[in-house]
Amino acid sequence: MIKNYDIVIVGAGPAGLAAGLYAARARRKTLLIERNITGGQIALTASIENYPGIMEINGFDLGQAMLQQAEKYGLETAFTKVTKIEPQEGGHLVKTEEGDYMAKAVIVTAGADYNKLGVPGEERLTGFGVSYCATCDAAFFKDMEVAVVGGGDAAMDEGLFVTRYASKVYVIHRRDQLRASAVLQERAFANPKMHFIWNTVVESIDGKDAVESLHLRNVVTGEESDLPVAAVFIFIGQTPNSSFLEGLVEMDAGRHVIVNAWMETSVPGIFAAGDIRNNAARQVVTSAGDGATAAIRADHYISSHFKS
Amino acid sequence: MAKPADVTDSSWETEVLKADKPVLVDFWAPWCGPCRMVAPIVEELAEEYDGKVEFRKLNTDDNPRTAAKYGVRSIPTLLVFKQGQPVGQIIGFRPKSDLKKRLDEALA
Repeated sequence: MIKNYDIVIVGAGPAGLAAGLYAARARRKTLLIERNITGGQIALTASIENYPGIMEINGFDLGQAMLQQAEKYGLETAFTKVTKIEPQEGGHLVKTEEGDYMAKAVIVTAGADYNKLGVPGEERLTGFGVSYCATCDAAFFKDMEVAVVGGGDAAMDEGLFVTRYASKVYVIHRRDQLRASAVLQERAFANPKMHFIWNTVVESIDGKDAVESLHLRNVVTGEESDLPVAAVFIFIGQTPNSSFLEGLVEMDAGRHVIVNAWMETSVPGIFAAGDIRNNAARQVVTSAGDGATAAIRADHYISSHFKS
Repeated sequence: MAKPADVTDSSWETEVLKADKPVLVDFWAPWCGPCRMVAPIVEELAEEYDGKVEFRKLNTDDNPRTAAKYGVRSIPTLLVFKQGQPVGQIIGFRPKSDLKKRLDEALA
């Protein structure tokens, strides 16, 4: 049986949750579909301190608060994976692993997934010292030496979190300077537990049943070395979750969905917002703003294309 | 059916290893956000598998010995035990349908 909605939102990160709030408050019958965890990437973020009006909050709590706020106005949720969106007469068919939904408008806020290093040992030792979530796993490495790979905000933020537990945190970065925001850089450089290894990449992650060491290569000198650590936290950027939109909407070379300032994609009635779209600033506040814009526009779209 | 009861380092052997039925143990900690999303799903599973599977949860902060023994370095982790042996392991948050599938595989 196909259920009918005014608006179906794909992905429950800040963009999707904000879209859900605005769509529900516009009294549109709205369904938010999430394949994994409410909050998206922020659900794994220890501390968010750049969301205006909120001095500091745990990312998981912020995601839950956004959900509760939207549910208060009637937002419905479903936990499953969207496999395809098919434009049809009278709307768009949203296919999932557990049933199909018909929507007058669709807002795609499927976000992006963290990138993997793609080196030997990474997959085998995931959960055994290889981690993509410091807030989940750092506590298991109390008084041990660990490594963080990456030089952006996520790497610094998570690396700083890990210093609460680990005795030493090596930051391995392939360049000679960080991409992270100035505040995070200052904090990272000031932390005595943080040690920086510049111009270096991880060639393999080694260990029998758990991470024991990393094999490193300096990209400038070519020098190779082994670094004994009990864990490696990997934060090296992200790839948009847009494969289910392949052939449907226009995308850029990085597989981000191309939108205009109203978050409209190349297909009428399909909107995209947050990390999945092109030129996204990839912040909680900008994603939430995107989501609100998309919902306002979707509401207008329905008013002008469908009889009430 | 009550919510999954706590198991500790000291009650581990009697409640998990020597249990007659298969036991699913939810390794969690209060600071872990994804664990808070897994918990209600595990509670639902506890109801659905009532009589077939025992459900327990273990706080890894308070019971580091058991967590270390089974190499738990990431939570949430769900471990399934049959006759004292671990027969299934699910690391990280997964939707309910996924958990059911993995639990059924472990029980088969």
